[in-house]
Formats: sequence, structure tokens, C-alpha cells
Amino acid sequence: MASNKKYWKSEAELNPNDSIVEALGQKEFVEEIPVDEFLGNKDSLSSSNTNRRDFLKYVGFSTAAASLAACEGPVRKSIPYVVQPESIIPGVANYYATTIADGYDFASILVKTREGRPIKIENNVDAKVHGGANARVQGSVLSLYDSTRLQGPIKNGEPVEWSVLDTEMKAKLNTLKDSGKQIALLTQTYASPSTSKLIAEFKEMYGTVNHVVYDAISEDAALSAFEARYGERALADYNFEQAEVIVSFGADFLADWQGGGYDSGYSKGRVPKEGKMSKHIQFEANMSLTGANADKRVPLTPMQQKIALAQLYARLNGSSTSGEIPEYAQRAIEGVVADINKGKSAAVVVTGLQDVNAQAVVLAINEMLGSKAFDVKAPKYVRQGNINSLNTLITDMKAGRVGALIMDGVNPMYTLPNASDFAEGIGKVDLSVAFSTNWNETTEVTDYAAAANHYLESWGDTQIKKGHFGLAQPTIKELFDTRQFQKALLLWMDSDKSYYDYIKETWNSQILAGADWNKAVHDGVYQISSTTEGELAGTVVPKGDIDKEATPAIDIASAVKKLSNAVSGGGMELSLYSKVGMGDGRQAGNPWLQEFPDPISRITWDNYVTVSKVDADNLGFINEHAANGGLDGSYAKLTVGGVILDGVPVLIQPGQAPGSIGMALGYGRQVGMKSEMQTGVNAYPLYQGFNNIQSVTIEKSTGMHEFACMQLHNTLMGRGDIIKETTLEIFNTKDHAEWNKVPVVSLNHQEVPATTVDLWDSFDRSIGHHFNMSIDLNACTGCGACVVACSAENNVPVVGKQEVRRSRDMHWLRIDRYYSSEDTFEADNIKKDEFDGLSGDKGSLGGFGELEDPATNPQVAFQPIMCQHCNHAPCETVCPVAATSHGRQGQNQMAYNRCVGTRYCANNCPYKVRRFNWFLYNNNDEFDFHMNNDLGKMVINPDVTVRSRGVIEKCSMCIQKTQKTILDAKRDGRVIKDGEFQTACSMACNNGAIVFGDVNDEKSEIAELKESDRMYHLLEHVGTKPNVFYHVKVRNNNEA
Amino acid sequence: MKKVTYRDQISRVLGISLVVFLLFSISIFAQDEAVASSSGDPAKGKTLFNQNCAACHALNRKMTGPALANVESRLSEDEGLDREWLYAWIKNSPGMIKSGDAYAIKVFNEYNQAPMTAFPTLSNADIDDILAYTAAPPPAPVVADAAAAEAVEGDSSGITNELILGALVIVFGLLIMMLILVQRTLKRIAIANGLDLEKTKAEKGVPLWKAFAQNQFLVLVSAIFLLLAGAYFAYGWMMQIGIDQGYAPIQPIHYSHKIHAGDNKIDCKYCHSSARVSKHSGIPSLNVCMNCHKSIYEYKGNPEGPSKEDLANGYTNEFYTGEIKKLYKAVGWDEENQSYTGESQPVEWVRIHNLPDLVYFNHSQHVTVAGIECQTCHGPVEEMEIMSQFSPLTMGWCINCHRDTNVKVEDNEYYTKIHEELSKKYGVENLTAAQMGGLECGKCHY
Repeated sequence: MASNKKYWKSEAELNPNDSIVEALGQKEFVEEIPVDEFLGNKDSLSSSNTNRRDFLKYVGFSTAAASLAACEGPVRKSIPYVVQPESIIPGVANYYATTIADGYDFASILVKTREGRPIKIENNVDAKVHGGANARVQGSVLSLYDSTRLQGPIKNGEPVEWSVLDTEMKAKLNTLKDSGKQIALLTQTYASPSTSKLIAEFKEMYGTVNHVVYDAISEDAALSAFEARYGERALADYNFEQAEVIVSFGADFLADWQGGGYDSGYSKGRVPKEGKMSKHIQFEANMSLTGANADKRVPLTPMQQKIALAQLYARLNGSSTSGEIPEYAQRAIEGVVADINKGKSAAVVVTGLQDVNAQAVVLAINEMLGSKAFDVKAPKYVRQGNINSLNTLITDMKAGRVGALIMDGVNPMYTLPNASDFAEGIGKVDLSVAFSTNWNETTEVTDYAAAANHYLESWGDTQIKKGHFGLAQPTIKELFDTRQFQKALLLWMDSDKSYYDYIKETWNSQILAGADWNKAVHDGVYQISSTTEGELAGTVVPKGDIDKEATPAIDIASAVKKLSNAVSGGGMELSLYSKVGMGDGRQAGNPWLQEFPDPISRITWDNYVTVSKVDADNLGFINEHAANGGLDGSYAKLTVGGVILDGVPVLIQPGQAPGSIGMALGYGRQVGMKSEMQTGVNAYPLYQGFNNIQSVTIEKSTGMHEFACMQLHNTLMGRGDIIKETTLEIFNTKDHAEWNKVPVVSLNHQEVPATTVDLWDSFDRSIGHHFNMSIDLNACTGCGACVVACSAENNVPVVGKQEVRRSRDMHWLRIDRYYSSEDTFEADNIKKDEFDGLSGDKGSLGGFGELEDPATNPQVAFQPIMCQHCNHAPCETVCPVAATSHGRQGQNQMAYNRCVGTRYCANNCPYKVRRFNWFLYNNNDEFDFHMNNDLGKMVINPDVTVRSRGVIEKCSMCIQKTQKTILDAKRDGRVIKDGEFQTACSMACNNGAIVFGDVNDEKSEIAELKESDRMYHLLEHVGTKPNVFYHVKVRNNNEA
Repeated sequence: MKKVTYRDQISRVLGISLVVFLLFSISIFAQDEAVASSSGDPAKGKTLFNQNCAACHALNRKMTGPALANVESRLSEDEGLDREWLYAWIKNSPGMIKSGDAYAIKVFNEYNQAPMTAFPTLSNADIDDILAYTAAPPPAPVVADAAAAEAVEGDSSGITNELILGALVIVFGLLIMMLILVQRTLKRIAIANGLDLEKTKAEKGVPLWKAFAQNQFLVLVSAIFLLLAGAYFAYGWMMQIGIDQGYAPIQPIHYSHKIHAGDNKIDCKYCHSSARVSKHSGIPSLNVCMNCHKSIYEYKGNPEGPSKEDLANGYTNEFYTGEIKKLYKAVGWDEENQSYTGESQPVEWVRIHNLPDLVYFNHSQHVTVAGIECQTCHGPVEEMEIMSQFSPLTMGWCINCHRDTNVKVEDNEYYTKIHEELSKKYGVENLTAAQMGGLECGKCHY
């Protein structure tokens, strides 16, 4: 029977008058297929010499020729050194201690080199401060091999010789010497004793030199507050390990707050020891990494945070203030006061508010508490930027009072909110030079772009914290015709000294006090003993060029008053922040960092404006999943003052304080970047007055943005066995069987622990090594340094935004982030357990739907997941070609050359850790990241196979590293010590969250951790018996 | 066999040269008496010279130090220095330089200020012997004669081979002749007996191939047989694709492992030093070559000259010396001034052993830990004039060895515990590499 149903081919058919309807009625396609272009001309087609039979002949011949040619291997050439350097043995890695001080990141690190190529960054465990490499520092080795680097000096767009620049600069400097016009140096923060000394000498020689230090993301308020109170332009140091109560007002101290480097100490205090762990309360607007780790997170807009801070001060001080904050925040403050009063010196308060009053009040509170975690005697120098002198400089430039401008490590044309003023000013400067590794917005407007060294090619020194010195040494010869800024200064001072000699002299005369220079270079760090500290500190303390007039001390009472009277400037409050992966944007051309997922949003290759659910509903913003699973979001238009930023994608962020929005700086770089790397929107124009809090109006714009998000499901749906959690109170008082339940299964109609039931025979793994990995969910902050370290160690390819959007990311190690759907994860579990029937109030049908949505202020949990190396691995049993198999040492092994790409294993993996090579990611110009050019390939680890298309890959538990450790021991004929076995992630983890080792060594740390009450395996009921285990997350959220 | 003759050659050559020396020494004695007050024994002197001086001096050639032929007469004529000066210089040259001797300082400066090793152990008589040797011309031509004579002798073995072959051919020819004769005789007897040979042939009727074609079963069986045989050989051929056993490419410099590792018995790991500590055995950098070739500037080869075989391949002494010059060019060594020019040209060797990238192989594991001889995998390198790939380097080859080879656990504390436990588990005295886990995929593929 014929049906009367009408099938619509397109929406246009709804309108019968549309011309498309007619076209579709007659033809299959609306637009003509351009067949004529290649078949229409019959003459040319028939006159062609190649007919169909010839074509087939060619195909046949070339196929046969290709297959015959494949039978013979290519001739490979091997070129040994003519004179082999003594320290290099091909195939054996060398490590050098150095320091990164690029103006944003400061860390003492080790660099692994192979045959002279730096390939990996490791932590320098000898360093007392900043010894941990974060994700950006881990990734920085790839920036060395950036194919877009400047390869030599450039004058007005044309390559020139260094001598041209030298001649012109020297002539200019000499004419400017007594002309009254200034010579301006606009630089990053160096925190370098030698550079400070060098610049002082440069000033002495040329007189009118004005050195301005500029941090793209300013900590000016904190520096000024510290200076006003303690007389030195520096930053207070905090040791969170000592703190039992940590109160933060918008300070993202686990990320980049005041130069970062605080996560290690924080994590140590977070692991429950003898029933104690620190308690962390965070008041903040954006959901930050720090807030996500807090025991109690109170969402407040920046304005409310100021009032709350004033109230805290008043309550601790016994005074009173005005100012209203929401009732829940009021209660939170009461709780904080009660916590602090339990032991004042064990508490510490920090703030990230760019407000000199707020910073001053925090210093006053810590002083009042006598906080053990608070250190002003040995402050930090990692931020030196001064807004006032920068503004003065721009005014001077515009007035034509600047004769020469030399810049290093800064990109003001990109990072300045008032870049147009700067551009105007630079037009009036006679000679402008920008030292830069890459062509960027600033080199575009200067006379000269001076190709600068990467830090791995440079000498340098740092004083990160008073008394804690670091040395930087080159780990490779300059790849290009580049020069470091300090070397240029020396040359322009007519000195033929090398910067190495200069540093050595400075150190020998001022720092080392007789200690061995070679040892200092070898260690990379040098600490002045406390006895000599006092007399030495005065001589080489690097100082920003601060106002010479004494900064007046800030009156705390009036500061508190000002804070409590804080009012919003109308509209929404925007908090500008920096992402863990991108920082201030100086490494925006680094594909590892672009593909690094933001720990909170799990979004790659983008920045966006974060909006709370309430505000999004009011303003009409939506986030939705597209048909292919990708995340789409509305666009917004932001207006700050007169600055309009249109087309900013919107992400609805659980935990965002209503009335506030957030946006990351560091994206939207354009000039000198590969097209793939030009991601996101530049938020610096909104950074008015270098204040990270702005009053903004936001409205919906047209269109939808395609995000590349690595995690589309945000909640745990009440599955508390994936991330096991408990509170400190329960942890301390109850047996672990209660809070770390072993799952049970039914055997012969009896409930038995799942661990006792097994489908398979067990192998005896008691002989030899048996590797296990422990991941402590309490110590893990989710920072992601391990993710980048893993990519670097294991040659994990970068796949690009579009592929990530298709869920084809290749990271072997991911850090899952979960939000609770109710206020806590515990409430999620209860809700799920109480489901009763399909529908109704407690129906599972609606209930599960509700559980998919995160709460407005959810609890957050991070969980690093890599291959769990199951002893009974589901992947191994389904592989038709036995490409994946198990080793006696506990590693699930993957033989790529055996894999035929059925992907059965990936489908059968309960942890979803297997990655499939959908494409050939190396030597493929479709993936123009780093594996397709000779320069970028230099970072590849020669001990790990670069995988080809069509094979599955996954975490190998760094078998290349464990095998190397074993071989070293065999060669030395000794037993392996505990701690020798390491993986890339366990080495990168500065927080002690990831511990790796041999459980058959009874005395090892890992064996001890495995016996811990907090230990559990992921999805234990599946019976996979993994070799990776986790530790139950304990939250210290007891109300005081 | 070859070795035996070679040893004979040496003893013979030594014998002949001894005679020659004795002959010459008489005349030397005659000369010396005119020049110096005392004289030495040039034969002894040669030994001493080779032991102590040859590293830096040659007779007729500037090396690290000056050429020493007739050094005594030269010094006495040009500088007026006597043998006493030479005694002092040889025994303690740094002392002479320090003491400010004019000529000592001059020589020191002339030769890149490289101080000559002091030889306090040499007695005056020893020095006399050495000087006697330096004053005597080298007795080269006689040696060449001896070598030629030897070469003729060596030829005889080649001739016997040919003779045997020829004899075999003749024997086979005779056999065939005999067969033909027998057949003819038989035929003749048959005809004589009245048998009609033509007829019997006709009676048989169907030719063999037709009968075969008609028997379908036979056709089927042989077709299957042929297919299987074809498949077998095709498989065999396919399996050797990419296995370059015997691969012996021509290298930019003709480097003879036979001369270095065989004749001169240089330890493999002297040049391939990284095999001890690294995954790579390492192709020696050119500075390693120059450790010896700074003083070995020409190939003297077998004292009796190249063998016939070598001559056939063109491996003359001049050829080898030419290859050494190639090395000098690559490393930028100026022979005249005994110094590096700084202009180097890295040598692009053709890689012989190519493991695919998907395999991780570590030399130090095998060489240092397991103590395996290089020859186990690389074959008799010391006999290879041209280096070639000896082993198939296939996975099956690796695994077979891992199955058969015992782990060397002696004196290695690393293995103590695991060996004790594992050998108990497997009930064996010695564990093989396979039992130790050497067959796991992940040990070589990651």
C-alpha cells in the first residue's frame, strides 16, 4: 500500500515557492556538479595521449614497481663525529642543571640531553624553592625547536648582520649620552643578580638610562603593599606546608599567583598524617585550580571578596566594619575565624586581589597571627614590574623624550591594554630594538628585531628568593644566529667579556664567598647559609626601578575601611586570570601547551569567558553538545570602558560566582604565529589599568563556537567508587572498611569481596620486580605538569583542535575532573542510592538526568588516569594478534609493529586509556605542529618508537625508563635502590601525588603505600587487578 | 692451511732478514768506525727503536718528532753536537729544555712544544744500538724478493684444485663414454637375437605425457604438489625480503676489519667503545682513528707483500696507504706539518646493520652484562676484509638465542636474588635469558 508520508529533503521545502524546491525536484543536487570542467571538453579528452588502457598500464606498472622497490631496504648513512666530545656517548643521556627565568616562570630544573639535543625538562630536587617544573616549564623545551623562531636580527623586516645593529646602536648610545634624551630599557623581571649589576654598569656608562621592569600580568599591588610595609619591592613567601588553616581571597596560588611555586608545600600539608591535614577555605569568583582543591569554596564576586576580607580582619582584630556580604559568606567568615582562633600561628591568609589595600590587609593579618607559613625575611623576587614607571615611560615616549628603547622578554604591543599609546610612543623613539625569540606584535613596530636566545641556549643567574640563587647554563649551542640580551649589553658597553665570565665574576665576588663555582654550575642552585645572608643580601638584591621617594606606609585601618566600602562599578565583575597551560601567552606557539587541557574546563586550544549558570540563563547563553559529540557555546560581546571584545565564546562554569565572569589572558596572539596556533581571543585590551578585576557589560552575540573539550561528561553520577572520598572526621574515627569499602559481588548467592573472585588464574608475581604506581588524590592538585611531561617523554603526538573535538586526543595520561551534582559528592551517592523506581520524586529516570548537571557550587575532584596495567587486563584477551601482552614486571606491553588496529582493546578497556592513531601524525603536513619539520623533531625521545597510523598506543609505564634503570644496575652489578624506578609522570609530580616503584621490594615507599588504609583500585569490582592504585581523597570540611 | 703457510713465511722472512742484517752489519761496522767512537748493534737497535721510539719517530719522515735517519751524523755536522748530547737528551729531554740548552729548546719549539718522553731506563749501550740502527739504510729489497718467491710457492694450492676438477671432468667423460658403449653393445645383441626394437616402441602406443594427461588423479596430485612447492618457495623468498644477511656495501673509505681486528688484534671495543655503556656500539669518531694513524701513515702490510688474492682485488700496499690518506683528508690532518688544519669532512659510512625503529636493542646489555663476544652476532669480523652483515637479525634469530643462552649471573649482585628464586621455581641450575623474561614483547618493543 502506498504511503502518503512525505519525506523532507531540506528545510527549504517547507516553503513551496523556494527556488531550491524546484531545483531539487529535477536534480539531486541544488548546485551543479562541475562535471563539465573535467569531462565536458570532448576534443581535449579524446586528443589526450593517455587513454584508459594506458592509464591502467601506468597504474599496474607503478604498483608493481613500488612493490618490487619495497623489497630492498634503503641505503642508510651513518655519520660519526669527526672529533667526539668527551662528555657525549651516543645513546646515553646527559643531564644539566639550569634555571628558567623567562619573566613569567622561574624554576630550577634539570635538562635531559641526547647527543647534544635537549629533549626533556626534569625537576631539580636539590632546589629548595621553585624546584618543580610546571606544565609550561615542562613544555618549554619544545619552544626551543619552534620553527617560527627568529633566525637572525631583522631591521625593518629585512635580515641584517648583527654588526649593523651594533654599529647603529653604539653610535646612537654615544650621541644620546649627554643629549638629555633617555635611553630606556623595558624588560621582563629577571631576578638576576648579574643582570642587575650589568644594567647598573650600563646606566653608569650612558647616564640617562631608564630601566623599566614590566610584567605582562602585574603583581604591582602586592609589590607596593610589601614595599610600603617592609621597605623592599618584593613578594612575601608562603610555606603552605606549615599552615593548618589556609584562607585565600581570590588567590590562585596553586597556579601562577605571585609567580607560583606553592603547590608542592601545599600538597605536603594536604596528606593526612597522624590524623591531621590542613584546612583550606577559598573565597573566589572564578572556579580556579586552587578553589577546586579547597575544602570549602565560597563563590564571591571580587567586590564581595574585598568586603569579606575586611570583615575577617575586623573579626580577628575585634573591631567592626560596614559592608554587606551574602549570608552564606558571612557564615563562612565565622567558620574561618573559629578555625584561625584554634591556633593563630598555624593559619595563613592570602589574596590575589590586585588592590594595594587588600594586599596590605593580608600582610597585616598574617603579621597579626604570627603565621608560621608567612616569610617576609627572605622574600621572593619573581615579579618586579612597576606600573607607574611603565606609564611614565609611555608618556615620555609620546612626548619624544626617549632616544632609544631596548626591550627584552616583553611584548607590550600584545600585552599592554593601551597598546595604541605605546605604538604612538614608539613612533617617536629614534631607535627601538626588541629582543625576542619570535616575530611578534612588538617586533613588528620596532626598528630592529634582535633575535634572542632561548633560555636553553643562554647563560644566566637568578635569585628567586633571598639567599636562594640559581644558575642557568646553555644546554645546546645557539641553533640560529641569535644573541642574548645581556651579551648585547656587554658588547654595547665596548666590553669583550662573555656573559659567562661576567656571571662568574659576579658570583665569585658577591655570592659564592669562596664556594666552588663549578659545583654551583653543576648543581644549578646555590643557597647562602643564613649566617652570611644578612651581609650579602644588601649587595646583590635585584630591585625594579622603583620610585625613589619613600613609599608612604599604608594605614591598615583606612585600608580596611576602603575595602569594606568596595562597590561594584555596575554590570558584571570580570576577573582576568591566566591558565595553567598558557600563562601570560609567551609560549602561545607551543603545540604541547595549546593541546594541554585546562585542568578545570578541560578545554584545549581556546580561551573563553566563564559565566555562571544563573547568569547564562538570564543572558541567553547556552552550551550544548553537537551531533559529533563536540561542545558548542554561544558567543558573547564584552565591553569594558570603551573597549569592546566581540566573539568571545562562552563557557558555563559551575562554581562561577553569580554576577561575575572570568576570562583567561594569554590567548589571541596573531603576529608571527602559525595559523593553527592563532587560538582564542586576546583579553589584554580589557586589562585596563593592569587591574585583573574589571567592571564589564556582557551581551549575547550571534553564532556558536566550537570548543575542543576533552571531557564532555562532568559529573560522577553518584558513582562514589570511582573517586572515593571521605571526611577527615570519618577518616580519623572510623575503620577503613567503612569509608574505603571493598566492592562485593555475588558468588553462590553469597556476597563476597570482589577481590576474592577471579575468572583467571593468577600468575606468580613475587619474583623480580613488580611495578606499581600510587596516586594520592589528596596530594594531586590537578596541575597537569605530568601530562606535558608524559607527552615529552613518550613522543605523544599533537593532533590539533579539530581532532581533539572529535575525541581523538592522544594523551596517554589525562586528569579527569569531576563536579558534584549535589553540593557534595557524598550527597550524589546518597541521592543515587535512594532512587526508588523509575519515575516519581525519587525515580531514577529523572534522577539520573539531574545528576548529569553539576551543582552551582560543586565539589571538584581530580583523578589522573593512565593505563592501569591490569594484571588481568581485558584488552589482552581480545587482541586477535597478541599485540598487547603482559610482562612479569607488571607492565601491560604494547607491540606497535604487531598491532593491526582492530581497536578491540580500546573498546574493552574499562578505563578508556587506549589511543588510536587515526592518522600519521609525523611527517604529515596536515598536522603542522612539530613532528613534521626537522627542527621540531629534535625534541623526539630516541628511546621511544614514533607510532605510525593505524595502531593503538597507550601508557607503557615508561618501560624505557624502568628498563634503563635495570640495565644500569646490571652493569654496575648492584641491587636497585628504592626511588630509582621512576616514570615521567612520577618524576614530574612535584607534589608527591604520583609515586612509582617496585612492590616486591618490601622496604620501598610504594610497598608501604599499597598497604595504606586509603588504598583502592579503580573499578575494583571489574576484577582487573590493576597495578595502579589510588588513595581515598580526604576532605577536611568539618565545621569548626 | 693458510695460517700455517703464513707462519712459515714469517719465520722464513725473519731468517732471511737476519742473514741480510748480518751481511749489512759488517759494512755498517766499517762505516761506524769512521763516525763514532763506539758502535752498537743495529739489529738490537731496531727492536729498541720499535719499542720506544716508533710511536713518535720514523727514519725518513717527520712525525710527532723529527726523522731520525742518520740523526747522529746530522747533528754533529749541522749543530756540532756529539753522542754525549744525545745520551743526555734521550734520557732526560725535559731536563735539557729546562736547563736552557739552545738546540733542545729549538727542537722543542719546532715540534709544537710537545715534550719528548724521558727514557732514563735506556743505557748508553742501548742508545748506541738505536743510533746504529738509525744510521743503517733499511734492508727492504731483499724482503720483496722473498715475498715473490713465497707467492710462487703459494700458487701450487690453486693448481691442485684445478687439477682435481679437471680429473673429475675426465672421469665423468669416461663414464658417459662407457655408458654409450654399453648401450650400443646391448642394442647390437638385441638385434642379433632378432628382437624388433621399432615394433616394441609402436606397441606401447601412447606417449608418456599423454598417459599422464589422461590420468586425472595424477594430474591433480602433481598440480597440488606443484602449488605447494611453489607456495613453499614463494614463502621462503618473501621471508628473506628485508633481511640483508651478507649485506656488504662499499664504504667511502675501504676499512679492513681483517687488518685491524685480525692482523693487528685490536680489541673491538677499543674503537667501538660505546658498546660497553650504550645502546649503540657507535661508529668510531675519526679522532679515535687518529690515535694510531697519527703515526701509522702508510700500510706496510705483510712484510712479504700482498698475497695473490689481495692483488687480484687490488688491495696493494699503495691502495691501503691511499685509504689512510682519505682518512687524513676527512679528519683534516696535515701530514707535512703534523697538525690539524681544522677543515674536516665527516665520513658518511653506509650503515650495515639496520634494525627497524620498532626494535630496542642495547649493546651494553649484551656486551657488558652478558659478556657476549662481538663475533657471536657479527661473525668472524677479524677475517672480513669488507664488513658484512653476518646474522639475519630477525626476531626469530634473537629469540632462539635468548632461549638457548644462559644468563651470566656470576659476580653480579643484581641477579643474586632473582636468580635464586627463579631457578628454584623453574627447577634449573642456570636460567636462560628467556626464563629471565627475555621473550616478553615489551623488553624490546616500546
